[in-house]
Amino acid sequence: MSIEVKNISKRFGNFVALDNISLEIPTGELVALLGPSGCGKTTLLRIIAGMESADEGQVLFHGEEATHVHTRERQVGFVFQHYALFRHMSVFENVAFGLRVKPRAERPSEAEIRERVMKLLSLVQLDWLAERYPSQLSGGQRQRIALARALAVEPKVLLLDEPFGALDTQVRKELRRWLRHLHDEMHIASVFVTHDQEEALEVADRVVVMNKGHIEQIGTPDEVYSAPASPFVYRFLGNVNVFHSRQHGQWAEVDRATHVEKDEALAFVRPHDIDIQRESSAGALSASVLHVQAIGPLVRVEVEHQGEVFEVELTRERHTQLALAAGETVWLRPRNLRVFQGEEMVSSQTFDLGAGI
Amino acid sequence: MSKVHRVNTESRPIRWLLTALALGFLFFFLGLPLLTVFIEAFKQGFGPYWGALQEPDALSALGLTLLIALLVLPLNILFGFAAAWLIARFDFRGKSLLTTLIDLPFAVSPVVAGLLFILIFGRQGWLGPWLQAHDIKIIFALPGMVLATMFITLPYIARELIPLMQAQGKDEEEAAVSLGASGFQMFWRVTLPNVKWGLLYGIILANARAMGEFGAVSVVSGHIRGETNTLPLHVEILYNEYNTVGAFAAASVLALLALVTLVAKSFVEWRMQKETAMLGAELPAERVPLAAGAPQPAPRGGNEKLEATRRFSERTEQ
Repeated sequence: MSIEVKNISKRFGNFVALDNISLEIPTGELVALLGPSGCGKTTLLRIIAGMESADEGQVLFHGEEATHVHTRERQVGFVFQHYALFRHMSVFENVAFGLRVKPRAERPSEAEIRERVMKLLSLVQLDWLAERYPSQLSGGQRQRIALARALAVEPKVLLLDEPFGALDTQVRKELRRWLRHLHDEMHIASVFVTHDQEEALEVADRVVVMNKGHIEQIGTPDEVYSAPASPFVYRFLGNVNVFHSRQHGQWAEVDRATHVEKDEALAFVRPHDIDIQRESSAGALSASVLHVQAIGPLVRVEVEHQGEVFEVELTRERHTQLALAAGETVWLRPRNLRVFQGEEMVSSQTFDLGAGI
Repeated sequence: MSKVHRVNTESRPIRWLLTALALGFLFFFLGLPLLTVFIEAFKQGFGPYWGALQEPDALSALGLTLLIALLVLPLNILFGFAAAWLIARFDFRGKSLLTTLIDLPFAVSPVVAGLLFILIFGRQGWLGPWLQAHDIKIIFALPGMVLATMFITLPYIARELIPLMQAQGKDEEEAAVSLGASGFQMFWRVTLPNVKWGLLYGIILANARAMGEFGAVSVVSGHIRGETNTLPLHVEILYNEYNTVGAFAAASVLALLALVTLVAKSFVEWRMQKETAMLGAELPAERVPLAAGAPQPAPRGGNEKLEATRRFSERTEQ
């Protein structure tokens, strides 16, 4: 079932949590709501679930008005950050809950309940824990049980609020892959909230980047990473170097056309989109090497240009070619850069730096 | 066994002195009064003791005490849940004021509470003339005693439930609703089981206080024998009439009730701790302070032994 959110606004006192948000999520898509804490992503998720009511706007499920439908009737599966398992019930009873509270006419028989619960538990590979209590499980196991419980009522929409936020890195990675797999099998619309950009980029079909109650950008993980629509998205998704075009006169060669006096234009370049060269060339900035550090497959080089420190990431091969040492003077050239004036993008440029990359 | 040398400890004589002091206090203020109650009650043997308890007035006082508790507790449970729900689940203006107001009965002297009801419902009170015109008796009758007891015991259950429900949060309840549970199903299957031991703890305390209450009930009861006398009032009347055996026999029933309360309370506390440990719930570490901060007025007889007895039973209740 598809989800559509139209012109949703929500305030808490003077604080604007959501400001005129519109969003469409087709069936079968796994969407990440990504943003820093306080950006309104969880509020939006809770409004979709019906746990919070919007001040303005509509929520539509499969094209039908659902704004005022009670949570209980929305048929959404909701997974909480802290699992929210029923602590006094066994794992089996937790998963069976949604079936047991159905009206008598719709309630499956005890045997059917048993069968469905065990099926779900084996789906999340935890059928051997059926008789345990939530307190006897690890964090990752609890979250899988919470998912099984949400799926027991065959929801039309799966909503996950920071589902992996409380887990450690190893378990988180495993569960991410597992969620992606599960979603593909269910063929439903899923929305998950996260503040972890890596998680959003890795799992989601589409990423909705939010900031201060509004949507900054909607796009595939590749789009939001390599073609950010705003300085915020640039900064939030990965590392970025910001060049003040006025200050860095030589770099202005690159964005000369957009240089306007009244509002400073800023050039955004990802660390891996800068190449370091030994020879000076047109449009290159001179810089001195401060520090060289190998991190996994990459080599991070800190350089200084006119009193500001920038980060450059080189491949190991490129670094071997260059053999940089601290204190040396080098030349920087961008491969890909975008210039923003305030919130607005004024140009996006890609340069072919030729061989040697 | 090797001898452990402790650095931060008092010298041996001081330790002995402190221990003796503590035990001495315990004996004089708790043990001795309790012992006195039973010694005085059985002074003339078991026959007169049993006889005193079989008196119609004694039975009626016992019956009334139980009736009041039976009427007050359900109302208290209802109020406790309503207040806890409101405070733990919603944010609103004046929330801290409400929390403070719930504690008011702890701070107000029970006698003042009783007088308060006389001012409202008494013959010369605000609603007096209207009540008289409609022939409704509240003061010097059961309704007044129930109201006074309600007032005194109001905070007990709410005070247990509020921190518990605050600590547990609303996630589980929201999960239940998202799974299709109705409000009643959510309450019955999720909310109640999560707070059941806290609730029981509150009920035990409220019950003990309801049965043992003297001051507030004394003011509104009118002391009509066989009609508006509760057990604590009965004790006082008999004692003032120099019926020592009768007074202490009735007092022994209250003391037994206190002991039963103590055991039940310990059991529930133990269960709660076990449950907390097992379920990993984040309960508040400390129990709510329940010390009745209000100065307790001396009973009208001004009798010190009786006062000690009453204080004892109150202490164990709390």
